[in-house]
Amino acid sequence: MLSIKHLVQQYVPGKPVLRDISLDIEGADITAIIGPSGTGKSTLIRCINRLVEPTSGAILFEGRDMVKLSGSELRQARSRIGMVFQEYNLVERLSVMENLLTGCLGKTPAWKALLRKFEPEDIRGAWEMLEVVGLTGFANARADSLSGGQRQRVGISRAVMQHPALLLADEPTSSLDPKTSVEIMELLTRVATSKNIPVIINMHDVELAKRFANRIIGMAGGTVVYDGPPSGLDDDILKQIYGGESWLH
Amino acid sequence: MSASTARPFHTTPLARLGWLALALYLLWAMSSLDFNLARFIIGLDNGAKFIARMFPPNFERWDLLVKGLTESLQMAFLASFLGTLISLPLGLLAARNLLPRVITWPVRIVIIGCRSFHPVIVAIICVKAVGFGALAGIIALTVASVGFVGKLFTEAIEEISMKQIEAVRATGASFMNVVIFGVMPQVMFRFIGFAAYETDANLRNSTMVGIVGAGGIGGTLFAAFQRFDYDYVFAIVLSIIALIMVGEVLQIWLKKVFRQ
Repeated sequence: MLSIKHLVQQYVPGKPVLRDISLDIEGADITAIIGPSGTGKSTLIRCINRLVEPTSGAILFEGRDMVKLSGSELRQARSRIGMVFQEYNLVERLSVMENLLTGCLGKTPAWKALLRKFEPEDIRGAWEMLEVVGLTGFANARADSLSGGQRQRVGISRAVMQHPALLLADEPTSSLDPKTSVEIMELLTRVATSKNIPVIINMHDVELAKRFANRIIGMAGGTVVYDGPPSGLDDDILKQIYGGESWLH
Repeated sequence: MSASTARPFHTTPLARLGWLALALYLLWAMSSLDFNLARFIIGLDNGAKFIARMFPPNFERWDLLVKGLTESLQMAFLASFLGTLISLPLGLLAARNLLPRVITWPVRIVIIGCRSFHPVIVAIICVKAVGFGALAGIIALTVASVGFVGKLFTEAIEEISMKQIEAVRATGASFMNVVIFGVMPQVMFRFIGFAAYETDANLRNSTMVGIVGAGGIGGTLFAAFQRFDYDYVFAIVLSIIALIMVGEVLQIWLKKVFRQ
């Protein structure tokens, strides 16, 4: 489904953020990427949909190499990958409904977007999605009037509106309180299971990752140092990922 | 020096030298331009005669006055509308956070060019180009509007949140769709403010370009001056003040309507 081969990314030549990453994502797994700040988790996830340009390597997605795509082919491939952000990244001055329909922009011509003429089935899908995330009454509310948890639910809905084959989530719970974090993780996994698509989630919270993911990737210094089930994540490996040990107990 | 007596603020010798240079320059300018009190007092006498001749304001030729004012008003609105309409795409094309330098630089030069000259100077050129009348004035004010609104609009776009743009791009949206759903919602409310402000500026400028023959009340004002019809001049001046005040009220009302 998604196959990353020898991915290298460097913003500054000679200082690679990602050093030769290779990963395969199959089926409908929830994959959590953990690791210290600045180790390239966000860069990795943004390379997959080319929000960040990889320096070398290949990213095979649905049989095509994302790294080689450009123009409308890239946008078409991008529309098949939903993305959820740490700070939700909703368009603040648009309504909740408009933010959901933003997920359909990949296939909407500009004049229709300008006149807000979306396909009836997409509008129906948006209403259904609002019901799934419990925001039916908020369709016309402006995005900036919502609470953090509500915003993230809109963010997830927007990604689902793309009918994605893959979901990416960049620290989706880092700006939320513990209870809301769990609710958001439950929603993400529920959506992924019902759509039968894989999810890749960057996380800070190791416990939350263990609880929801069925595969953990530990990163340190721009490389993968652990790739396996949550049960295999012991203190030695955590030490290897984060360094030091005083924080563990 | 002990810590307690150390001076808390710092002036460099260079800054003091700068102030001294400024003071010297101003003194020299005053002496070389014959700018002194005696000259001013002689002038005051003349000014008193002038003001005395302005009273009472003479509204006898009100038809000419209304015609000029109407023309000024039409010029101001047309130029503001055209100017902001042209500024929309130009301002976008000049935004460095959305487009590469090869596109933004030529567009920025066009906008800077529009802003380089006072509307009256542009009006002189337009009168030479298309002849006397309102058309020249409208073109001149439009050029000024593009220079002003285009720059403000570019700056507004360069201040938007790129996180929101990133999210819209991530959905596979085309550049135009990113503009429609990511950029415009973030700047349109400010654009309405710029347009209102520019209309206000054009109202004032439209009363002036007439002096060089580009239509509007300015022509009437200039003619009255040259014929020493100071009471009529005063009537025109009062009317212009009234017009600007109406514009001010309109602007407040407009902002209320579009308040977000």
